[in-house]
Amino acid sequence: MRRYFAFLRDCLRLSFVGDWRYHAWMTLLTVISLVGLYCWCQQLVHGLVTTGMTDQVSWGAYIANFTYLVGLAAAAAMLVIPVYVYRNMHLHDVVIFGELLAIAVIIMCLLFVVVDLGRPDRFLHIFQRFNWPVSMLTWDVIALSGYLLLNLHISGYLLYCAYRGRQPTAAFYVPFVFVAIVWAVSIHTVTAFLYVGLGGRPFWNSAIIAPRFLASAFAAGPALIILTLQIVRRYTSHRVSDEALLTLRRIIQAAMLINIFLLGCELFTEFYTDSAHTASARYLYFGLHGRYGLVPWIWTAIVFELVGALLLVLPVSRALPTLNTACVLTIFGIWVEKGMGLIVPAFIPTPLGEMVEYTPTPQEVMVCLGIWAFGMLLYTIAVRISVPVLGGQMTCAKRYGEPALPEVGPGE
Amino acid sequence: MSKPYELGGGDVADRQGPGLTRRGFLRKGAAAMAGVTAVAGALSPLRELKRRDLPTLERLLQKHYKEMTPDDKQAVLKRIAEEVERRFGVRPTVTDPPPLPGVEYVYALNVSRCVGCRKCVHACVRENNPSRQPEIQYIRVLKMQKGSIDVETSDHHYDPPLVPEHDSYYLPVQCHQCAKPPCVKVCPVEATWQEPDGITVIDYDWCIGCRYCEAACPYWARRFNFAEPTIPRGELNPQMAYLSNRPRMRGVMEKCTFCLHRVRAGRLPACVEVCPTGSRKFGNVLDPDSEVRYILEQKRVYVLKEEVGTLPRMFYYFDERGSRYHEPIAPVRPREPEGPSEGGGQRS
Repeated sequence: MRRYFAFLRDCLRLSFVGDWRYHAWMTLLTVISLVGLYCWCQQLVHGLVTTGMTDQVSWGAYIANFTYLVGLAAAAAMLVIPVYVYRNMHLHDVVIFGELLAIAVIIMCLLFVVVDLGRPDRFLHIFQRFNWPVSMLTWDVIALSGYLLLNLHISGYLLYCAYRGRQPTAAFYVPFVFVAIVWAVSIHTVTAFLYVGLGGRPFWNSAIIAPRFLASAFAAGPALIILTLQIVRRYTSHRVSDEALLTLRRIIQAAMLINIFLLGCELFTEFYTDSAHTASARYLYFGLHGRYGLVPWIWTAIVFELVGALLLVLPVSRALPTLNTACVLTIFGIWVEKGMGLIVPAFIPTPLGEMVEYTPTPQEVMVCLGIWAFGMLLYTIAVRISVPVLGGQMTCAKRYGEPALPEVGPGE
Repeated sequence: MSKPYELGGGDVADRQGPGLTRRGFLRKGAAAMAGVTAVAGALSPLRELKRRDLPTLERLLQKHYKEMTPDDKQAVLKRIAEEVERRFGVRPTVTDPPPLPGVEYVYALNVSRCVGCRKCVHACVRENNPSRQPEIQYIRVLKMQKGSIDVETSDHHYDPPLVPEHDSYYLPVQCHQCAKPPCVKVCPVEATWQEPDGITVIDYDWCIGCRYCEAACPYWARRFNFAEPTIPRGELNPQMAYLSNRPRMRGVMEKCTFCLHRVRAGRLPACVEVCPTGSRKFGNVLDPDSEVRYILEQKRVYVLKEEVGTLPRMFYYFDERGSRYHEPIAPVRPREPEGPSEGGGQRS
């Protein structure tokens, strides 16, 4: 136990140590996080009136980001499956970065839910009267916190074993890895059911949303991981092979094509039928009753996705710069398509046919950026710690062999 | 390991020996100070919180409505009365009338009579203590286009000098008190539920403000307090109930409760009482002699958005014009008359 606390203490210390680039990056993220916190405090004082949401469009950027991020978290499974199911050893050394990403991203998800609440001070009511199994939101609470715990356990256990310099016991983590794979699918399915289950919102009330969510998540998630791994490779001693990146590329290829196919199925059903139920889709893609707020966004997203998909299937994307471009296009395209493009139009027009558009306020945007920065901060720390631990540079033996690490104060 | 910006492990032990230099100590102290100042700055808006915004121990420990003992309830009603008096300078009567046995309320609205004057909207506001700024109203009157029952072609913000307007009809919408309410189903904390008399209520002290119910409602009947609700002092209705019109707080949902505090005391909802054309009818559907029972049995009745399967308790109906202007006509397939009727079995 004492060793475990020593491990945690070392991790904490290590997160403050680095060269000037590391400090500049961490300071920048801290500042953005604090600005976000400032804006959220304003929201606590004045209410959600500081956001662009209204009774007409009652969910906005917070829930849109939440939805997107649940997908990123689920995408960690796309690193785990090749390694543990198909024994693909290219990804073996990087699989833990996917799990760490899942941890940081789930924490961001929970933060996005908390900032969306009108009464975060009553959050504990969820434990006192838990409307399970009727409310899909309670399923989501279970799914997300379970996934967080699974990933904390798996990566925490592997890191601690490396720190103690011993071989991990398969029985203590491999079963959890397989549970986490199924769980990853469940978090995104349950999140989709949150919307799909509402009969009064025809735009969401479609069985294809959950498969679309998974397909887009398994494209956007590995795309982000490709970029992240290259940063890890550039700035740390951890080795990431090109084969690992190219394995991920093949996963994105398949997921992206399925995603575009499913989107096409949805569009055909909406527009060929052309019934009254397509009002939200018409608003999103072509504008309705003189309102065009989301039209430029969604077409940009679709062009990005199509170009990204084209680059990915062509051999040119075996070259890293092209692959990176395709990844950025994929990440941004999907962020728009399933964030703002899925949440906001379901509210426009309202069930009573009123047209009210939604634009996030600067405060709302800052809260979102703050959470993104905080998530990146967490992930940077996680990578910062795990690289030397896994590389055997920070171990229990070294700690007790060489006396005392330098005392490092906060904020250095 | 040779890169200048190496973050890998070696630097931990190499950077500095044990023990602090004076300069290092000052630098770290300054950095820590900057950090603390920045966090304090980020939290600074919280200073604007008023005292009544801060949760008291009493409020934190308050149980869910359904878990309160009669003693708990009395204490809570007393606390609410004191808070309202402090806030509005009026001593209110805060009650918690229970549902009456053998009663299920339904509402019937005559679309052929409604002229769209919106008197119901404002009587409701005077009765139910919703926020005036920002403005919250439970009833929305839709001006419908001739030839369409599609709400999407309706006008919510019509403002002519006189109503009714030619070629229009009006469709007032408020909470339908559904028998299968989607809002109740989705609430993660059971802050909203259906009472035995059919009214769906909200415990404003339990709601966490996630707005899932607002997204679930197919009738757009729920309203959220995006800001601190305000009511001018003289306009507060001091007759209030826990589950209906007591003043709400920032960050919680509210909606029409069929004026629960009035109807459970044998009175009519404010919107029914004020309607100048008699378009609004309300009563106990389980009572065979009630007006609403007569309407449901005899009139041409429909519900809004039947296809979403919510089984609303708000019924719309229209007068049988034929029966007013024509002598009774023998129906194609005669049937036994079932009770008092307005001039002959023209029901189709």
